[in-house]
Amino acid sequence: MSEEFVLQTVGLTKHYGGVHALEGVNFDMRKGEHVAIMGDNGAGKSTFVRQITGVEQRTRGKIAFYGDEVNFSGPLDAREAGIETVFQTLALADDLDVPDNLFLGREKTKWDFLGPFRLLDYRAMREATMAGLEKTGVKIPNIRNTIANMSGGQRQCVAIARTATFASKLTIMDEPTAALGVQETAQVENIIRTLKEAGEPLILVSHNMRQVMDLVDRIIVFRRGRMVADLDVNATSGEDVVSYITGAKTGTEFEGAA
Amino acid sequence: MSDTSQGTGGVTFDQTKRSWPSEMNVLLALVIIIVVFEVLGQILPYMNDQSFLFDTRDRFDTIFNEARIKIIILQVAIIGIIALGVSQVIITAGIDLSSGPLVAATAMIAMSFGQTELVNGYANPKALFGTWAMDLPVVIPIVIGLSFGAAIGAINGIFIAHFRIPPFIATLGMFLICRGIALWWSAGNPISFPTAQYKAIGDGMMPVVWFLSLAVIFHLIMRYTVYGKHTYAIGSNEEAARMSGINVKRHKIMVYMIAAMLAAFAGVVLSAKASTAQAGMGEFYELFAIAMAVIGGISLTGGRGSIIGTVLGAMVLGVIRSGFTYIKLDGSYQLMAMGGIIISAVILDQYRQRNRA
Ligand SMILES: Nc1ncnc2c1ncn2[C@@H]1O[C@H](COP(=O)(O)OP(=O)(O)OP(=O)(O)O)[C@@H](O)[C@H]1O
Ligand SMILES: [Mg+2]
Repeated sequence: MSEEFVLQTVGLTKHYGGVHALEGVNFDMRKGEHVAIMGDNGAGKSTFVRQITGVEQRTRGKIAFYGDEVNFSGPLDAREAGIETVFQTLALADDLDVPDNLFLGREKTKWDFLGPFRLLDYRAMREATMAGLEKTGVKIPNIRNTIANMSGGQRQCVAIARTATFASKLTIMDEPTAALGVQETAQVENIIRTLKEAGEPLILVSHNMRQVMDLVDRIIVFRRGRMVADLDVNATSGEDVVSYITGAKTGTEFEGAA
Repeated sequence: MSDTSQGTGGVTFDQTKRSWPSEMNVLLALVIIIVVFEVLGQILPYMNDQSFLFDTRDRFDTIFNEARIKIIILQVAIIGIIALGVSQVIITAGIDLSSGPLVAATAMIAMSFGQTELVNGYANPKALFGTWAMDLPVVIPIVIGLSFGAAIGAINGIFIAHFRIPPFIATLGMFLICRGIALWWSAGNPISFPTAQYKAIGDGMMPVVWFLSLAVIFHLIMRYTVYGKHTYAIGSNEEAARMSGINVKRHKIMVYMIAAMLAAFAGVVLSAKASTAQAGMGEFYELFAIAMAVIGGISLTGGRGSIIGTVLGAMVLGVIRSGFTYIKLDGSYQLMAMGGIIISAVILDQYRQRNRA
């Protein structure tokens, strides 16, 4: 597997019993590249995300990260390798507040010799949360509020701030702006542009054609678990992408795939 | 959203904006119940103007009726120790029904290594083992008892976390197994005459000392450590906890182990206090421990509640028990009242949950 690729999958396949959610996906992205994944509901986009982030174990296929073949046994492995993800389900703990959620699973601690009973460094986490929110421009009235008391958009902002606060080798966002208002969507798009300027690679799952055309370099289209197109944004049009999504068209190199 | 965020940036950190803690409701309920008993003491004709909580006869140098307060805490202390563990289990959205029988089994096992050889110069009539198990240093029965608890908790946890057996079923099975172990251990015979050291564990107000110190320790753990945070996270959203990189299975096993070790310790304290261990001990303890947690505001759906709440919940049960004795109503009324209060606590919790989303 080549080192010039941030992420490469070969024949990535996921079956849920009889449901072939993902079938033989050969995906690759280069360093610094921003790639969008599009496709109808149930096309397998989130399934793809779950396989490469170790949330689920794939049925077969290979995954390489920066040239090395990887087998993440769980989400922690993927995160430690440098993959930060905004899941479609957001993965927030409702009864905890914003700093708790930002640092869930990687708390800042003191007295580490106490093992599982090591102390939480609340102050450091609070300060880092404030800095992270400031940096990403995410607006949350009171960070001590529990997630349960927040609006859908605010929750999404917390999930996005969680990935943007930590340096990463690959950021994945699964429909990050689905529930956001106009201003907040613009804010998230700014975060994505900042990543682009910093040369950090990104996979963006989105149904928003304008957003995708504005932000990314390349569009991958999924249909019924298969990759059916790989399009350069500068050499394609919105209608074109739509016809791939609906199945009116299939990329030449993918003939017979779907 | 822009209208709810103040000023530029919109990020504010306002410590005063925290919501009314649910512990305050429990405290309020506690005060109300005490007032009710106080008033009943005044108006019921056969009470002769006694006071529930105050020392009207100047038997003590304090304003409060110290003896009554001590009894209130003492009679809930041992179950309270169990409730500290059950609370943690419930915070993970689980349940532990095995603690009552585990108390009995641990009492039997621990005391069989805590017996004294000579009782008034004669051989211990209740001796289970030979002289090799007699007059051992007290740490030995304690360590054996806690290890037994840890093993039972680990089994509970493994079945629940790895084999995905619902906690209710897994711990119900363990409930029967532990009662069986308690009966089998000495073929149903009581085990008595512990060493002086062993007896000291449950002497006088010692159960209260254990309960309150363990409560402080676990309050700090639940609030200020990674263990506590992950326990709440799992109960809030297990999938999110897993996606955030928490080892949910390992953590759950740890929670069930800690809960079982607390129940095992309660068994040691109970047998020390009673100076005997019997297979039927700890009947309904698991249910009262769950009741304390629930009355204290620990949500059965997980993620919410605190050790402070559980301690207050224990006090509520203690006050009710003591209050009914005080107004000379017998146990049957106590049970009915407790049942009503448990149901009210759950209704209140659901009401709070519905009104927040
Ligand atoms: N755990 C599961 N068990 C069984 N089938 C599943 C499971 N998860 C997903 N699927 C199925 O796999 C297919 C792909 O689902 P996926 O969530 O990846 O779609 P998606 O492209 O992300 O759609 P959307 O745009 O709606 O988010 C769907 O048909 C779905 O029903
Ligand atoms: Mg999806």
